[in-house]
Amino acid sequence: MGGIYGLIALGLSLIFGVMGVINFAHGQMMVMAMYVSYWIFVLLGIDPYLSLGIVAAVIFVLGYLIQATVVNRILDYPEAMQVLPLVSMGLILENIALLFWGPDHRSPQTALGLETLWLGPVMIDVSRLIAFALAILITILIFIFLKKTNIGKCIRAASDNRTGAILVGINVDRIYNTSFALGAATTAAAGVLLLPLMPISPYLGHDFTLTAFIVVILGGMGNLIGALVGGLILGIAESVSTLFLPATLKHAVSFSILIIIMLFRPQGLFGGKK
Amino acid sequence: MKRLYLLLAAVFIILMLLPLFLDNYALGIFIMIFFWAYVGQSWNVLTGYTGHISLGHALYLGIGAYATTYLAQTFGLTPWIGMFLGGFIAVAIALFLGFLGFRFGLRGVYFVIMTIAFAEITRLVVSHIEALGSFTGIFLDFNPSFYNFQFRGNIPYYYIALGFVVASLIAVRILEVSKAGRFIVAIREDEEAAQALGVNTFKYNMIAIAISAFMTSLAGAFYANYIFYLHPNSLFGMSMSIELILRPIIGGLGTLFGPVIGSIILTPLSEISRAYFAKGGLEGLHLILYGVVAILVVLFMPKGIIVYVKRLLEPILKLSRDK
Repeated sequence: MGGIYGLIALGLSLIFGVMGVINFAHGQMMVMAMYVSYWIFVLLGIDPYLSLGIVAAVIFVLGYLIQATVVNRILDYPEAMQVLPLVSMGLILENIALLFWGPDHRSPQTALGLETLWLGPVMIDVSRLIAFALAILITILIFIFLKKTNIGKCIRAASDNRTGAILVGINVDRIYNTSFALGAATTAAAGVLLLPLMPISPYLGHDFTLTAFIVVILGGMGNLIGALVGGLILGIAESVSTLFLPATLKHAVSFSILIIIMLFRPQGLFGGKK
Repeated sequence: MKRLYLLLAAVFIILMLLPLFLDNYALGIFIMIFFWAYVGQSWNVLTGYTGHISLGHALYLGIGAYATTYLAQTFGLTPWIGMFLGGFIAVAIALFLGFLGFRFGLRGVYFVIMTIAFAEITRLVVSHIEALGSFTGIFLDFNPSFYNFQFRGNIPYYYIALGFVVASLIAVRILEVSKAGRFIVAIREDEEAAQALGVNTFKYNMIAIAISAFMTSLAGAFYANYIFYLHPNSLFGMSMSIELILRPIIGGLGTLFGPVIGSIILTPLSEISRAYFAKGGLEGLHLILYGVVAILVVLFMPKGIIVYVKRLLEPILKLSRDK
């Protein structure tokens, strides 16, 4: 789970780091991705792992459109007014999912879904292992993308200094669209990896939005490596807390961690001085 | 201003007489208009006037509802007193949240996330307390009497809800023109400048959050005895928090009549579309509609609908000449 949390948070952190906007529709975008992947699996019989690319592309487009139509217009608003459109966007996505797929929980029976692997005395879910490995791989790919490619460099330039980026001739609006879409696609990938691990329902979204906040705040806003490490920490903290608390209370533990971190280390565990 | 008061008095008299002409269903819609206007106003006190956004106001609503019901069921305490006790609990929690938030200087998004976290923790904890009905929630018995805050038919609820709205308008107006209110607005405009000029921003933030929590929790008592069913997910959940902030934002944030105008527009829309779409098996469509309306309002009229209402009423009220 840690790797997936990290991936979700990476998407959120990317969006925040570049534009300073907190995407309150993040979990809902992930749920959309899960449903798209589920659909492809049921209708076409393509395994979620193979459809990952397609799903990411679909959500990439969705993210691009959200950014181009709504978010770009609210960048200069006070923070109060930035929150509402994105919360509403989450509401819209959640209910579109509800409208199309109904409120029931669904879980696809994928080929590797229930396979387990014995590693000495430890039993490991194959899907969990794949999810973890792919999550790390995707994170590395995104890093390479940001460091080496032209668009990646533009994204980093725009996040560093918007005016400066405009001055050297970068089309900042388009870069913003791309980064929001990239963040969305990252989350979509996380959703697809999550699909074999848990049943989907339209209401999953806001839980994951909140989880992503926690991870991002743990790791430090806009800090991409922090997001990954924060994800791992949270995954471990939640599994450990289930040893002595009812499983449904594990989120209460993570929220408490969140509040404490915000109060004492608002720059995150790994952030430098602000 | 005189004309404005005359107009308000006229509206008030019409609303007092309205139950004579309306059936139960229509009254129900009016009750919901008043209810959401009141809750929106309570939220507006904090967010509209100080600028600190709370996305966890469902917390106070839930506490009001649960405290009142628990006291009534366990000790037979009348909700008329119970709701004030619930209000004090809500204030205590709000002050704790406010203390953490304002003392440690959590701004903007961090404050929002903290309010969400508080509401979510409460939701999860309440879901695990047997005495509060845990996951299944609490069903209230129906014993109509004034003592029990329960009535047959909608007419008494109508007058109580109307009373809530009128009282909240008067209270917020008093706050608005008081010294404390001026300071609170100064905090919204520029917290650092206000502080530099000697305003004790911490104190006035705390006052605002306490008033807001208290007002919201009273609405919880009304909710409990009007809906008769309490469920942790619906009362403490994010969707409740979102629902209750839509109206003041659409109406006009930080204005006295914004929440009321927002509620007059949005509540009938939601009630009717909910009934209409649910019949066709399209649950959730009304929430999509909500989301779209909210986005459009923020994009195209960020000051809220109240600006247009004012312009519309200008020839009758001559507000600007009085200033």
